[in-house]
Amino acid sequence: MSEHTLPRNAGQPLDLERVRAIRVNRSAAERRAATIPTRRTVKKEWQAAWLLKAITLMDLTTLSGDDTAGNVTRLCAKARRPVRVEILAALGAESLGITVGAVCVYHRWVETAVRALEGSGIPVAAVSTGFPAGLSPFETRLAEIHASVAAGAREIDIVITRAHVLTGDWTALYDEVCAFREACGDAHLKAILATGELATLTNVARASWVAMQAGADFIKTSTGKEGVNATLPVSLVMARQIREYAEATGCQVGYKPAGGIRAAKPALDYLLLMKEELGVRWLQPDLFRFGASGLLTDIERQLEHHVTGRYAAAHRQPMP
Amino acid sequence: MVQKHARLFAVLESMDNGKPIRETRDLDIPLVARHFYHHAGWAQLLPTEFPGYGPVGVVGQIIPWNFPLLMLAWKVAPALAAGNTVVLKPAEFTPLSALLFAELAAQAGLPAGVLNIVTGDGATGAALVSHPGVDKIAFTGSTEVGKIIRKATAGSGKKLSLELGGKSPFIVYEDADLDAVVEGVVDAIWFNQGQVCCAGSRLLVQEGIHDRLIEKLRARMETLRVGPPLDKGIDMGAIVAPEQLERIRALCAQGEVEGATRYQATSAVPSTGCFFPPTLFTNVSPASTIAQVEIFGPVMVAMTFRTPEESVALANNTVYGLAASLWTENINLALDIAPKLKAGVVWVNATNLFDAAAGFGGYRESGFGREGGKEGMWEYLLPEGATRASEATVRRAREEKRATARAPETPREPVLSPIEQVDRTAKLFIGGKQARPDSGYSRAILDLKGRIVGEAGEGNRKDLRNAVEAAHAAAKGWATSTGHLRAQILYYIGENLSARADEFAARLRTMTGASGREATREVEQSIECCFAYAAWADKWDGAVHQVPFRGVAIAMQEPIGVVGVVAPSEPPLLGFVSMIAPLIATGNTVVAIPSEAHPLAATDLYTVFESSDLPGGVVNIVTGASEVLGQVLAEHDDVEAFWFMGTEAGRRTMELASAGNMKRTFCRITPRDGSVPDDMRALLREATQVKNIWVPYGA
Repeated sequence: MSEHTLPRNAGQPLDLERVRAIRVNRSAAERRAATIPTRRTVKKEWQAAWLLKAITLMDLTTLSGDDTAGNVTRLCAKARRPVRVEILAALGAESLGITVGAVCVYHRWVETAVRALEGSGIPVAAVSTGFPAGLSPFETRLAEIHASVAAGAREIDIVITRAHVLTGDWTALYDEVCAFREACGDAHLKAILATGELATLTNVARASWVAMQAGADFIKTSTGKEGVNATLPVSLVMARQIREYAEATGCQVGYKPAGGIRAAKPALDYLLLMKEELGVRWLQPDLFRFGASGLLTDIERQLEHHVTGRYAAAHRQPMP
Repeated sequence: MVQKHARLFAVLESMDNGKPIRETRDLDIPLVARHFYHHAGWAQLLPTEFPGYGPVGVVGQIIPWNFPLLMLAWKVAPALAAGNTVVLKPAEFTPLSALLFAELAAQAGLPAGVLNIVTGDGATGAALVSHPGVDKIAFTGSTEVGKIIRKATAGSGKKLSLELGGKSPFIVYEDADLDAVVEGVVDAIWFNQGQVCCAGSRLLVQEGIHDRLIEKLRARMETLRVGPPLDKGIDMGAIVAPEQLERIRALCAQGEVEGATRYQATSAVPSTGCFFPPTLFTNVSPASTIAQVEIFGPVMVAMTFRTPEESVALANNTVYGLAASLWTENINLALDIAPKLKAGVVWVNATNLFDAAAGFGGYRESGFGREGGKEGMWEYLLPEGATRASEATVRRAREEKRATARAPETPREPVLSPIEQVDRTAKLFIGGKQARPDSGYSRAILDLKGRIVGEAGEGNRKDLRNAVEAAHAAAKGWATSTGHLRAQILYYIGENLSARADEFAARLRTMTGASGREATREVEQSIECCFAYAAWADKWDGAVHQVPFRGVAIAMQEPIGVVGVVAPSEPPLLGFVSMIAPLIATGNTVVAIPSEAHPLAATDLYTVFESSDLPGGVVNIVTGASEVLGQVLAEHDDVEAFWFMGTEAGRRTMELASAGNMKRTFCRITPRDGSVPDDMRALLREATQVKNIWVPYGA
């Protein structure tokens, strides 16, 4: 299910006039974001189904300085079997072949992960280009991409130079992402905007647009290392730019909120937002991913509660 | 109590009205609690914040079905905070939450009789309105019923506040965040099924972005869900009743007949029950029926404009003036447009924001009076010692009995006396020029002994028509002039009056037979009055309300516009000056009818005004028969407020006549001691209307 079937976003020449015309009213965006979870809710078996769906949309992630081959391998095992067999059986979901969307690691562990996931079809994503700050020498950053692709990563999560956004140097941002995209080759590029460091929603919207024109396959909120990571208002703004881009070019670009999404309920809010603003097509793994590490355990607990009617405990779910 | 039983109220309200549980849970009920908290604070602060004021007495309140409990809170909270007792009639469609509220109020220890709920239909409402024991009526509902209430209470002395219909504009400029606008439209017209008096129901879009916005709106409409009100996952619930649904259907059909294009989403609407889908009309012009009448349903009509100026003209092209919403990322444009909109509430880049701390209420046929904030509290207060309407009724009955016993006075024949100086026949004063009366007649002005002391023009309808036109021509410039300039002119008038004090005093003595001391005193008081309102002219500030969101809610004191004035017979000079000074100090223009018996005190002011740099048309004076002329002004649809001081019968006539365009009135019976009101703040409040401009912000 993680196979990419859509035509890729080939990118566009940079339209500076359009970039500068983008304006986002923050108060209005916040009001809309605040009512998405109150206008829509899913309960009972529908909730269970949405939670299973959320698992398939997850980039199961470990990005820690103390990662080793051991815990990366363990994570990959969890990626193959994200939910206990008896719970899947009780839900009647055994035959669905549910796995996570991808496993996301630093370059150092790409090969380890690729080996551990062999035969599963689950792609490995590598964070790259001087993650998380993105301030390494440009040639080094390109080399990083090449190395990760060579090691078997099928998705590259790049970080942008925030200074380009903060100084309004859209051409520099465009050129940077174009170069990364070229370096990716067949691997898909996810552009991390680090929205928590972009100061305004208007900057977020403009950076989203430029990244898409430069050929990003996905736009992604955060590294998980900024002070503020994914939020609903930021997601609303990015989703609307994806919609504008699709209407203008016919190209569908994916969205990945990352950082701070740890519980099942807020995760569903993101899915509701995608459905409301972009439609159901954006609830497939080729157009939507969560970047998350702790979220899976909470989803498992909710699924177990649904099956047994008893509140569940984390220690009863197999650790990632 | 409200918070303790929040969910019960939310469910009850949803079931009774058909509105989505999400709205009752997240909006109605929390706002109800907020209103009671806020007004509990006013009750605490009453002695220090409203010194010299007390409750009006017994308040009759009639509320509509669209926000049953919220409207109860808006009415009951300030009434009780000010110390009134209440008789409230909920709407016949939706009485349940009011009854639950009354039960809880009794449990909470509210003394018996303080809050009374009487359910019923229009007949019950009519009985409440005309009840002699009621001192004030507060009504929220249709303009049609508002007019009936206005007429029913005319002359009764009952205080009146009316929150009526609307056809509020929703203005989108080309630099707006269009995705934000789309959600704004959802909140404006698809909130509470569009059954909202202040619903933004006229979409005015700058021409260049019209097609793109309509495209976005249509796409958004596809994702709106209409369904059972208790379903948490819907956007719109049921229309309140079959008759309302029928009205909406009929108006939409009318819209199509008149050539407008209807768009409704393809998504399903339940096949049974009172449901109507979100609807957007394009190809609408101001001449279309659906662009003029309040539909009170989920129906938006879209029109285009070319320039900011045209957006204002279209926005104000309505008999209503309740609310307006404007969308632009340009603060210069927003703050330029907001004061130009004839509406009591203006939301910038937002819509349908409400809070207990900010006043809500209309201009024009959307009614008068405010609910919420300090401005709303005044509606439920009277100066201590003032006569309540119910007391006046009792007294009147007594006096009528006595009067029949008294012999009627015989009018005196005029006696010609030699005129002491060169004959000066006063003309009328219109548009800054002395104009001959259209009738070509003059009336003789007599002294106490019946001797002719001069002549004044016999004004008629046409003179008033001309005067109102002149007042309108001057209105825009005067309203936007600075308080500093208006102060200077009022000081100048006072100075020039002072320079001619002896002449004015002599005139008063000749006309009224007043003693030298009395006449001098009246002139001095008139001069003082000019100075006092000159002092106020640059100090009648608005406020910034503390509303619970990131932004500012600016309460601006705005002039009402062109105000008709009938001055009391006596005192002829002070009575006149004390009415026009607060009006012009706050930026209104005036058409005034001076004392019928002693008009020369006012006509002598022509040259004072001329020499004081008062722009032509700010004060227009038409002499003649006060109550005949007054009625013409009270009826005039382009006069926006009406002040009267005269007889009890006159007050009734004037208040009845004012119902045509629901102009705000300030009608009083001349006190026997000939005193003029000296509570300047009260007069300044009458001379202005509060506009609340909500400006959410965020970098």
